[in-house]
Amino acid sequence: MGLLVSSAQTLVEKIIARASSRGSVTPGDFVTVSVDLAMAHDSSGPRRWRPRLEALGVGLWDPERVVIVSDHYVPAVDAASAAILKDVRAFVRDYGVRHFFDMRGISHTIMPENGLLRPGMLAAGGDSHSPHGGAFGCFIAGFGATDMTAIAVTGETWLTVPQTRRVEWDGAPGKGVCAKDIMLFLCREIGTENHNLVIEYGGSAIAAMSMDERMTLCNMAAELGADTAIIEPDQKTLAHIRAHGGEVEDASLKRWRSDANVAYESVFRFDARSLSPQIAAPHYPGNSGALSDFEGAKIDQAYIGACVGAKYNDLEMAASVLKGRSVKSNVRLLVAPATAKTTERAAKSGVLATLTEAGAILLPSGCGACAGMGHGLLAEGDVCISTTNRNFKGRMGHKDAFVYLGSPYAVAAAAITGEITDPRDFLS
Amino acid sequence: MTTTGGRVWLFGDNIDTDVLAPGHLMKLPARELASHCLKAVNPVFAKDVKPGDFIVAGRNFGLGSSREQAAESLKLLGLRAVIATSFARIFFRNAINLGLPAVALDVSDAFNEGDAAQIDLHKGVLKNQTSGTEHLFPAMAPALLEILDAGGLMPLLAKQLAAKKLRDAPRHPD
Ligand code: SF4
Repeated sequence: MGLLVSSAQTLVEKIIARASSRGSVTPGDFVTVSVDLAMAHDSSGPRRWRPRLEALGVGLWDPERVVIVSDHYVPAVDAASAAILKDVRAFVRDYGVRHFFDMRGISHTIMPENGLLRPGMLAAGGDSHSPHGGAFGCFIAGFGATDMTAIAVTGETWLTVPQTRRVEWDGAPGKGVCAKDIMLFLCREIGTENHNLVIEYGGSAIAAMSMDERMTLCNMAAELGADTAIIEPDQKTLAHIRAHGGEVEDASLKRWRSDANVAYESVFRFDARSLSPQIAAPHYPGNSGALSDFEGAKIDQAYIGACVGAKYNDLEMAASVLKGRSVKSNVRLLVAPATAKTTERAAKSGVLATLTEAGAILLPSGCGACAGMGHGLLAEGDVCISTTNRNFKGRMGHKDAFVYLGSPYAVAAAAITGEITDPRDFLS
Repeated sequence: MTTTGGRVWLFGDNIDTDVLAPGHLMKLPARELASHCLKAVNPVFAKDVKPGDFIVAGRNFGLGSSREQAAESLKLLGLRAVIATSFARIFFRNAINLGLPAVALDVSDAFNEGDAAQIDLHKGVLKNQTSGTEHLFPAMAPALLEILDAGGLMPLLAKQLAAKKLRDAPRHPD
């Protein structure tokens, strides 16, 4: 008998092999994959798709597998955005799109909220933060409008099989430290140019994390410059999918994981116990350091919003700091819950009242200021601390505004004092 | 496919999509949006750039959002190619898909602003005509050259559809 050839594969390789109908794939392979689910939003989707579909004279490859979310221009702030939203609704009707979420929240949070993502799936999102959904053990990456149009028409796209980089976090993070701090730390520590790589998170800290927190880790794979991120599914993953109306088999736990003896591109190990709150200074997520390095920096606005930073857990973290305290008088604290259901849940649990009693101003669910649209934009010279994922020049308004990125704890603490402050001072 | 030389515009590392196509201007028509391209880092670029010019930049070009307008603006301004030490994944795909050649090559030090350049994508040669230097790069995947040669993914798809390579694509619903 011959020797067994090692065919150990990473989770991502298994998914791409399945989607390209191959027994196995090797990093660097140029493959055509079939797409299980395609998502686009009001900015990247219909308005870019329709003229192209009309020019080609074709419809959607499978309207059942298309998800459209209106989240960027919502609610309309002027006639132009109203027209964009109107066109989205017409597109959904004309092309028979199965899954449409109109002003219900931000796409990346909407998808898991509706049980649309499953382990082993290969999904394409018309947005750079699509890696968010990798928390559910699927391969989901961001694509531009032309790629998405081609996917919408053919159900296929091309990929160069990425290498997998394993990033492990062990131990329980201390009070006031969360997934966002991990990501701001990683933006500095492993950098923002993890090109042609998928980040696979693991370790006991990740196992202990809520799905909301795991989404934060995967979301910011975009800032790491990685193709996407993924987390092997566990019972928590399956429970979340089922609780949100999705169907998933128990067998996916065994099937959709990296083989034990697989050779990763590299493995990084970090200790969550020694992590302190982190901040990224303007104008770059990789421009990060311990919060203590930035303590005392004055702020005008505190923003709790975005797919990455206004999920239920995020609001809860902010509320734990703001409970019984108030926002400093010359500071504005704006809260835009990621989805309408998030608002609903926070209203029921009392988290919302804690925030508004402290002085927070509630904004609609949607991308808003994170995308430089809607409400809460910054004036020249304004300084903002934000739970969003990017602080590029000009992104949240004037090009000469300054945005610090921090966790919901850190943003809440800064809203109380008017300057960057260690949130642990407010957590007993 | 060699062109006569275009002028080189130099940019640094981490040129992001908000600088290429600012989020708060995304409602503008494409050509108007393009007139703001890179304004935050070079106020005269969008005004003075000529069709056939080149961008030579540093690492991680096009990081940030998936917005195609970032690549589209450069295409509309007539850029012949973007040469950068490395590209963010989505920008690279967007550029190729729109028929804008994106070549990963570390040549920032080999060009001065305003140098004349020439590129041959099939042979993999970039020339600095001003200094007389030549820079080689590995040929692109044939599938990507096919997209570029067709003028972008949409023209290629149209060609393939016309050739009935996608016989069973559903028709537009009426
Ligand atoms: S909230 Fe911000 S990061 Fe998330 S999808 Fe919207 S614009 Fe992108």
